Amino acid sequence: MQTPSLELKGSSFTLSVLHINQVDLEKVTIELDSKLSIAPQFFIGAPLVVNLSLIKDPEYNLTALKDLLVSRQLVIVGITAAIDAISAQAKSLGLAIIKSGKQSQTQPQLPKTTKIVKQNVRSGQQIYAKNSDLVIVGTVGNGAEVIADGSIHIYGNLRGKAMAGASGDKHAVIIARSLEAELVSVAGQYWLAENIQLNSTTKSGCIRLEGESLTIEALPL
Amino acid sequence: MTQIIVVTSGKGGVGKTTSSAAIATGLALKGHKTVVVDFDIGLRNLDLIMGCERRVVYDFVNVINGEANLNQALIKDKRCPNLFVLPASQTRDKDALTKEGVGKVLSDLSKDFEFIICDSPAGIETGAMMALYFADTAIVTTNPEVSSVRDSDRILGMLQSKSKRAEEGLEPVKEYLLLTRYSPARVTTGEMLSVEDVEEILAIPLIGVIPESQAVLKASNSGVPVIMDQESDAGKAYSDSVARLLGEELPMRFVTEVKKGFLKRIFGS
Ligand SMILES: Nc1ncnc2c1ncn2[C@@H]1O[C@H](COP(=O)(O)OP(=O)(O)O)[C@@H](O)[C@H]1O
Ligand SMILES: [Mg+2]
Repeated sequence: MQTPSLELKGSSFTLSVLHINQVDLEKVTIELDSKLSIAPQFFIGAPLVVNLSLIKDPEYNLTALKDLLVSRQLVIVGITAAIDAISAQAKSLGLAIIKSGKQSQTQPQLPKTTKIVKQNVRSGQQIYAKNSDLVIVGTVGNGAEVIADGSIHIYGNLRGKAMAGASGDKHAVIIARSLEAELVSVAGQYWLAENIQLNSTTKSGCIRLEGESLTIEALPL
Repeated sequence: MTQIIVVTSGKGGVGKTTSSAAIATGLALKGHKTVVVDFDIGLRNLDLIMGCERRVVYDFVNVINGEANLNQALIKDKRCPNLFVLPASQTRDKDALTKEGVGKVLSDLSKDFEFIICDSPAGIETGAMMALYFADTAIVTTNPEVSSVRDSDRILGMLQSKSKRAEEGLEPVKEYLLLTRYSPARVTTGEMLSVEDVEEILAIPLIGVIPESQAVLKASNSGVPVIMDQESDAGKAYSDSVARLLGEELPMRFVTEVKKGFLKRIFGS
């Protein structure tokens, strides 16, 4: 029996969409860099679609935008909602033109497993639990990062960064025995230390998304 | 069995070299044959603190490059028969340290010595990585301030992932916290972290608390490791730390503030 050397199958993927709302590339650069410095791991290496619906200038320099994104290690797979002149540029740059159609309502893939780490996560270390929940039996130090596609449970202090629902799962939560985090995020919505302090007076808690914004709930841990 | 101990910190100026000299001398004074190796290539100052800078002929890098043998490079301490120093080169750059070269020298030293103390340079670059790579035990030297604690945490991460023991899946490097330049008065005023704060953050066993002390500067200026000054608080605190390293259990001293009047009565100043 011979196996075919190629096969075409339909699959659907969740892609992040980067909306460019400004013609001025310098302003875009500044805002992009500040976003990247807060949470680089959301973007770096992740496939992105660039939404250009607000750019009406037929002379818009798509090459310059692409170069900018590439120089920041972003991977653009295509553009969407662009005017014809820009779409033509995209073609010559080898970028796909993606029709977003109706917002497709496919749920992101649910976490399948649980990753357990039985030690402290030290400054400079990063742990990523792909397609799974992450349980840390220990403390996440300042300057350390824990990331999961599912939820994150920390049976110690959270002093560094924790990012749950890293590939878009809005039902993910972060639970920690002591929340002193530098940053927490669920499905891309994030809070810095000061936001956490503003929103909470408790030590231990559960952070999750309610609609589009984060909430924190005290837990008697 | 030889024990390779790295004195490390991430941050510079916290007291690694002072501690390496004191601990090596303390182990030798207790009868253990000990060598202290300077990994701070280009910035050697271990030999100054050990008081043997005028007797440096060959160094660590010469031995790695095969330009001298170990016996030519090792300097025998004048005060303590069990103690030797392997000085660093002042003229080479830190890339002179290769994993093979360092590994060979340490394994040769292991044939002769009970303890090998590696005085690490600051940072997380080659020199510091080489100093910790072969370690069985790490003495993480930390000052009671946030940036030093943060760097120590970083080094602990490196020990758990980048050391030979980690790479080969052996029993992990034993980690101890040595808190140096501790000033109980400044903890009381909130200028410094307390012993408990640092222990809580780093979560590794405490092997000693060395007070901030004039005796340290005096000792390094005269080229005598401070542990030889058994009148001094720092000297006593280092002795306690060495005893704990050898398995003794001793209470911590010099961790609470001494009333002014009492201090004056002792030192008469
Ligand atoms: N316990 C102490 N009390 C006062 N000064 C100290 C103490 N420990 C170290 N020092 C001083 O701090 C400086 C740095 O010490 P050193 O041992 O060279 O640090 P490192 O090797 O980590 O760079 C030196 O000037 C030393 O005399
Ligand atoms: Mg030094």
